[in-house]
Amino acid sequence: MMAFLFGLIHTGLVLAAAPLVTGIVRLTKARLQGRRGASVVQPYRDLWRLLQKESVIAESASWLFRIAPYLIFVAVWLAATIMPTFTTDMILTPAADLIALVALLGTARFFTALAGLDAGTAFGGLGSSREMFIASIGEPAMLMVIFSLSLLTHTTSPAHMVAYVLGGHIGIEVSAGLALAAMVMVAIAENGRIPIDNPTTHLELTMIHEAMVLEYSGRHLALLEAAGMVRLLLFMSIISCLFFPWGIAGADSGLTDVVVGLLAWAGKVGFMAVVLGYFESMLAKMRVFLIADFLGGALLLALLATIFLYVSEAV
Amino acid sequence: MGSLVALLPLEAHNPLFWILGAPLIGAALLACIPDWRHAVWLNVAVSVVTLGGAVSLLSVRPVETPLFFIDDFNIYLVVLTAFVGFTTAVFSAAYIGRESKTRRLTSRHLRFYHSMYQAFLFTMLLALTANNIGVLWVAVEAATLTTVLMVSLYRTREAIEAAWKYFILCSVGIGLALFGTILVYLAAQPVMGDGVSAMAWAQMIKKAGAFQPELISLAFVFLLVGYGTKVGLAPLHAWLPDAHAEGPTPISAVLSGLLLNVALYALLRFKMLIAANGHALQPGPLMIGMGCSSIFVAAFMLYRRGDIKRLFAYSSVEHMGIITFAFGMGGPLANFAGLLHMTMHSLVKSAIFFAVGLITQATGSKRIAEIRGLTVSHPVLGWAFVIGVLAIAGLPPMGIFMSEFLVISSTFARNTWLAVPVMVGLLVTFGALIMRLQGMAFGEPGHLALDSERTHQGWFIRGVGMAPLMAHLLLALVAGIYLPDSLVAWFQAVAKLLG
Amino acid sequence: MIPVHHFSLFERYAYDTAHLIGAVILMMSFGLLYQRRLTAVIRTYSLQAMVLALAAAWQAFVQDAPHLYATALIALLFKGMAVPFALDWLVRRLGIHRTVETALGIGPTMIAGVALVALSIVLVLPVTASATAMTRENLALAMSVVLLGLLMMITRRNAVTQVVGFMSLENGLILAAVGAKGMPLVVEISIAFSVLVAMALFGIFFFRIRERFDSLDVAYLETFRGERR
Repeated sequence: MMAFLFGLIHTGLVLAAAPLVTGIVRLTKARLQGRRGASVVQPYRDLWRLLQKESVIAESASWLFRIAPYLIFVAVWLAATIMPTFTTDMILTPAADLIALVALLGTARFFTALAGLDAGTAFGGLGSSREMFIASIGEPAMLMVIFSLSLLTHTTSPAHMVAYVLGGHIGIEVSAGLALAAMVMVAIAENGRIPIDNPTTHLELTMIHEAMVLEYSGRHLALLEAAGMVRLLLFMSIISCLFFPWGIAGADSGLTDVVVGLLAWAGKVGFMAVVLGYFESMLAKMRVFLIADFLGGALLLALLATIFLYVSEAV
Repeated sequence: MGSLVALLPLEAHNPLFWILGAPLIGAALLACIPDWRHAVWLNVAVSVVTLGGAVSLLSVRPVETPLFFIDDFNIYLVVLTAFVGFTTAVFSAAYIGRESKTRRLTSRHLRFYHSMYQAFLFTMLLALTANNIGVLWVAVEAATLTTVLMVSLYRTREAIEAAWKYFILCSVGIGLALFGTILVYLAAQPVMGDGVSAMAWAQMIKKAGAFQPELISLAFVFLLVGYGTKVGLAPLHAWLPDAHAEGPTPISAVLSGLLLNVALYALLRFKMLIAANGHALQPGPLMIGMGCSSIFVAAFMLYRRGDIKRLFAYSSVEHMGIITFAFGMGGPLANFAGLLHMTMHSLVKSAIFFAVGLITQATGSKRIAEIRGLTVSHPVLGWAFVIGVLAIAGLPPMGIFMSEFLVISSTFARNTWLAVPVMVGLLVTFGALIMRLQGMAFGEPGHLALDSERTHQGWFIRGVGMAPLMAHLLLALVAGIYLPDSLVAWFQAVAKLLG
Repeated sequence: MIPVHHFSLFERYAYDTAHLIGAVILMMSFGLLYQRRLTAVIRTYSLQAMVLALAAAWQAFVQDAPHLYATALIALLFKGMAVPFALDWLVRRLGIHRTVETALGIGPTMIAGVALVALSIVLVLPVTASATAMTRENLALAMSVVLLGLLMMITRRNAVTQVVGFMSLENGLILAAVGAKGMPLVVEISIAFSVLVAMALFGIFFFRIRERFDSLDVAYLETFRGERR
């Protein structure tokens, strides 16, 4: 019963909190750049505005163009539902699996790329090919990270991983540190943040993610924007759940544990949002052909994380 | 650090005090003497004192300390080093005066040269007498540093490049050798414990059977590559020809004659450690492999050399290959041959470099093509050179023939097919050297020789220059014909030590 | 037979932290291979030396070996500050090209780096886990840093980056030396190696001056500073 309730709260929470997190990132960037910046609830207003607008579709677009935003949004939201935030005792927990998570995110990316190609514009194709290029290295890197974490904790279910870590079976692990570094790099690439991609750019030739959704408007655009925000929140949840799980409520925990879990999660995500905003302001976007080096570095870090497990006493 | 100072041999009756102290104090003094004419004789004097200390080792052996020790193996190398150091100092006395005029060496350069020479001898003797493998490493590193500084003495573009190449390659080797040393400590730590005495070789050899086999095998590989670079084993020999060619000739003589031996000595100490451990990898095949490759690489490279010093540098690579091969084979006969070859090569190669130095000064050129008809223009020097090259090529009755013969026959007895590549290599080398010798020694003298300033040197200086050359060749000849029984017994004892 | 060693809680904690610091040093070795600009390479090296100082200080605390604090101090002052400062000065004074010239692309170099790390781990695996003087992980880390330094020396064409590769090789050696419990002469060895490094810097100086001005006479440097004769 409680599991069902927590699951419901969790699903609503990730959707409701996502625009807030994006708002925090934007506000941090604005303040660091010396501007006053929009308030943290501005993304909510943006989404509401877009939902009310008319959706204009190109004549050459097919049914895929119309369906894609819904598919993408559902895939990302479902992925966010799997990942525990404040408690591991949720209705969907037994079905949750990190490999499935990667598959869901991959599905979302696949449909985004197709949608970008569907309208037949040049920039759409540009964005799709770049996105796939990033994915070709980023996805293996993420899988290697999950692989090394799974070897460490003997499970691929995030709930069991949390239980393992909180049970004190792992000391300070070098592999975990390496995996964290790799995960952060992959998260930056997946979400299209600086230094991979500038989310606020207006120059089409420098776009990666924006180029794919250039043709969308109205409610379709609102869905895609919401999916992007939920994806950002998802990756922050992944990092906080897998690498810093302290505070997450367990299977039979009372109300205080749940509240502590909520506060802990809010604190971690808020901290990460501010840090993201800080680093986005400090770094410059790297040139597209250097992305391969960056993500290659992430892949190699993840590979090292796996290799190191064999020399430590953990495996 | 305080405990280390207590272990220093500071008593006057301890030969080590003279062997190590004389070069060290000499280096300090020579750095202060402004006039090179006095410096050359002080250099010789300090070398005499060192030689005296080394010879006195034969009668009174110091007690083993955690830092220093003398056993049968290093005692003879210490004497050899001190002797060749002395004769090279004598040669340098005659040689360097001329160089200072023709090559624009300032008095500061000469002061530096003499001071570094004694410092170099100090580091080599320190390496030879060190008991602690860490001190051994530091000494070999310091020897590298001093020679790098001396190779770059002439400050020409080629000299600086040669010194830089030498420095980088040997520093990498030294770094890998340090890693090997740390691994040896780790392998030994369960049985040897901690502290300075944990790294004492003389103690380690007794308990080497209980060392961790995997660690010590790994350590030996690193040490072979690391110290092997300094020995000049192919394919790690790239620094050797340049360093010999561009440095002053006395330095080439001590590099070939002494430093390569010291590096090989370090390698052999570790070979003894790993051989005492039954479960570790066999050091023999690795050393045989590297020895063979050195012989072959050097043999074929000898053919196309145009510079006389480079020619004999490759010859050094080849001979160190033969010695490594012999020690890799193991067994009493091959080890005896290796030890004999080390000594003979030291003497003959340094003699050859003495001759080469005098030749380049007389003819004013290092190019083989420009050196002709030496036996006609400079009879004594020419014929001494001929004898030297015949000796290094392995002709009887000189000592090297004896040692090469022993190597081949012991290989033949143990593993017939291995002897074939060695013989082929030796024959190829023989051919190359004789070919070059024929061009240089016989025929019409080149025009450079006839214009030489030979007559401007007094007979005393000429005599001093020739004497070390003659002395070495005489010793090599005597050793080839007759080795005193005590010496044979002694070598046999060391051969048994080497396993 | 070597007895099997069961780690106490303090030892576990000590070793884990040492491994973490060692892993950071290894990451910086990769960082050295990754950089394309010379100033970034020098700064990464400086950071690596400072983390090495931290590792040495930690080992001094854990092993109760106060002489390792001296090694930490040398690493911090000499290698973390003096050497990078000297290198920066050299690069500016001699006008050395600012981008790193590589013999192998950055991608293949990183892959070769990971292969070398895997190799070190494979080499270290047979060593029994009961080795008390130094854990397998520490040894693998140190060996990896040494091999990566070697890789950097091989795949770089610029003299300055080759020397930085050599110095990172030395960092790996010092990491091994401080990690080996009870090893004597660590301070002396690190001083000896620092002398080698200082000579390397001198060497670059002379080498490049010779190349540029056809003479080792430092007086030429003064002339070319732009003052009219």
